[in-house]
Amino acid sequence: MAQDQYAPHQSRDDAAEARYHRRAFLVMMALFLVAPYVVYPVFVMKALCFALFACAFNLLLGFGGLLSFGHAMFMGMAGYVSAHAAKVWGLPTELAILAGMAAATGLGFLAGLLAIRRQGIYFAMITLALAQMVFFFSLQAPFTGGEDGIQAVPRGRILGLIELSSPLAMYYTVLAIFTAGFLLIYRIIHSPFGQVLKAIRENEPRAISLGYRTDHYKLAAFVLSAGLAGLAGATKAIVFQLASLTDVHWTMSGEVVLMTLLGGMGTIFGPVVGAFAIITMENYLAELGSWFTITQGAIFVVCVLAFRRGIMGEFEAWLRRRRVR
Amino acid sequence: MTFKRKLISTAAMLALSAGAAHAQISGNVVKIGVLNDQSGTYADLAGPGSTLAAKMAVEDFMAKDKSLKIEVVFADHQNKPDVGSQIARKWFDSDGVDVIVDLPTSSVALAVNQVAKEKGKAAIISTGASSDLTGKACTPNTVHWTYDTWQLANGTGSAIVKTGGDTWFFLTADYAFGHALERDTEAVVVKSGGKVLGKVRHPFPSSDFSSFLLQAQASKAKIIGLANAGADTTNAIKQAAEFGIVKGGQNLAGLLVFLTDVHALGLEKAQGLIFTESFYWDLNDKTREWSKRYAARHGGKMPSMGQAGVYAGVLHYLKAVAAAKTDDGTKVVAKMKELPTDDPLFGKGKIRADGRKIHDSYLFEVKKPSESKGPWDYYKLRATVPADQAFRPMEQGDCPLVKK
Repeated sequence: MAQDQYAPHQSRDDAAEARYHRRAFLVMMALFLVAPYVVYPVFVMKALCFALFACAFNLLLGFGGLLSFGHAMFMGMAGYVSAHAAKVWGLPTELAILAGMAAATGLGFLAGLLAIRRQGIYFAMITLALAQMVFFFSLQAPFTGGEDGIQAVPRGRILGLIELSSPLAMYYTVLAIFTAGFLLIYRIIHSPFGQVLKAIRENEPRAISLGYRTDHYKLAAFVLSAGLAGLAGATKAIVFQLASLTDVHWTMSGEVVLMTLLGGMGTIFGPVVGAFAIITMENYLAELGSWFTITQGAIFVVCVLAFRRGIMGEFEAWLRRRRVR
Repeated sequence: MTFKRKLISTAAMLALSAGAAHAQISGNVVKIGVLNDQSGTYADLAGPGSTLAAKMAVEDFMAKDKSLKIEVVFADHQNKPDVGSQIARKWFDSDGVDVIVDLPTSSVALAVNQVAKEKGKAAIISTGASSDLTGKACTPNTVHWTYDTWQLANGTGSAIVKTGGDTWFFLTADYAFGHALERDTEAVVVKSGGKVLGKVRHPFPSSDFSSFLLQAQASKAKIIGLANAGADTTNAIKQAAEFGIVKGGQNLAGLLVFLTDVHALGLEKAQGLIFTESFYWDLNDKTREWSKRYAARHGGKMPSMGQAGVYAGVLHYLKAVAAAKTDDGTKVVAKMKELPTDDPLFGKGKIRADGRKIHDSYLFEVKKPSESKGPWDYYKLRATVPADQAFRPMEQGDCPLVKK
């Protein structure tokens, strides 16, 4: 009975939610379309790559409830593969990016097979251990250039037509890649697959008792997240024309957790906001010199104390409160 | 900026632009960007000290020649190549920076090297180490000022063998950089008539060197070569002191050591360490005079060779700008190569076609605590490698700018 009374209210809420998502998406796209004329484009490109990375991570953490502490391996490895493909094999840019994404997806499948057998802290530790192995591999393998990384990667042309050396052409290409990735994630979350994923996050034994093979779902989510993180990493390598150890280092895995938490875990737009906040700090506080790390730390403490649901989490909670009133 | 300051600076700009013919100077100001590690591992040997060195170069230049308006800005690249390359792009594209100096961490130096070439600006690398910068990756826009890995390996390897250290044992960081240092140094040692008795590779990074040091001790080699860098080197030196390796008659040879590392270790731990540098504050009257001026403004700390290189590089850059009457990166670097260099810190020298700055390099040994006469009195000179032998011959570097 209670269920029946709840249902109409729930569907009204869903409609409001969808309306909010549509509006927020339009606002976001409008901002991104004019951004390169206002802000320095390379900065926005970097933030977009990290935003996609954080969204991919959020798919796993926010909707699958799996905290991976090794996502840098997908981003970094994809960066290396796409940089190598573009520079040494001379592949066209779009194929180089796809090669990087494919490498990350494959790596995600192997890592996922091992990692999803455990939950919680053990899952995090397994992913961290695997990521450290990938870091070691990147340090040692001859093609990655060790400490120096792969430098001077050609940007080439997209689809053989548009020269990417101009900042605006590169920017809109990155924006297109980001939008495609973002919409794909949105679609995944709102598909039956996404619903099952959320059910697993809330109560895995119950999902099993309903007949879902939760391991398959978790593995699929892991692979999707890895592939999309790889897309972000491969794009970043092309934008900066370099792939380096920074992106496979464990601190990068930590940074993406921070971005997601700061923006709002389990919200659609949170990771984007979080990524922009962190990259902005990294960028504009760089001029503070040695005060940079201290300032960044202080800002985190304030955020964690003041908005525990993250920036977008608090904002959406406020919207919901207003709707109920 | 307050209204008053804005007014003054506008007036100053107007006065300047009305004066000499500065049509070729972009934005009517020569803007120097110091890009380095301001807070991490390399903050001591580069960091704020390099910014000060650049400012001192500007002041010393202005004292003689007031025709240019010069500004110095700085930023922290956090030792991440993507952060560094992004700051460099922004500086060149929208902030009007004409030259980027310092650039520790090879990966960042290589990245900015590419950006400078793409944008037609200049880069003067002082604390970045990779000899690829004047080899495979050389560009018409980069000058590599202070030192490089080939010079350190070569100077340390040959000079030590010549001064009696003819048997070696290598302690090598197990990654590309360590392997390259070991390979280059070993080749020099063997060429100079020395012998390599053995080597051991340690994981990177490592904090426990005891088993590796025991192997090195047991080898009875006169010299233990440390083919590693940063914290690995200082950790290995500290632990070697605990094993009494130097007191037992063996010497440690560091392949990448700075004055600031020795200062952090203290003489008790670092004594007997041998390594190559391009600059030491106590070399002659001119270096002493400048270094004391520097230390007075830097909390009493003496300059590392990287910081000295920033000063000398900026000074020469400004001379070239004044001579070429433009701040176009490619033209100024060409002018820098054309003009002979002369500064109080590195003396007379020149810049080769591949961008390599040529000067003497020195083999130093760290003094015993009893030999030191005061604070920062750390080194004794063991050998001088003359400028024409100190660096890799141009034809071996594979630099595309050099015609064969």
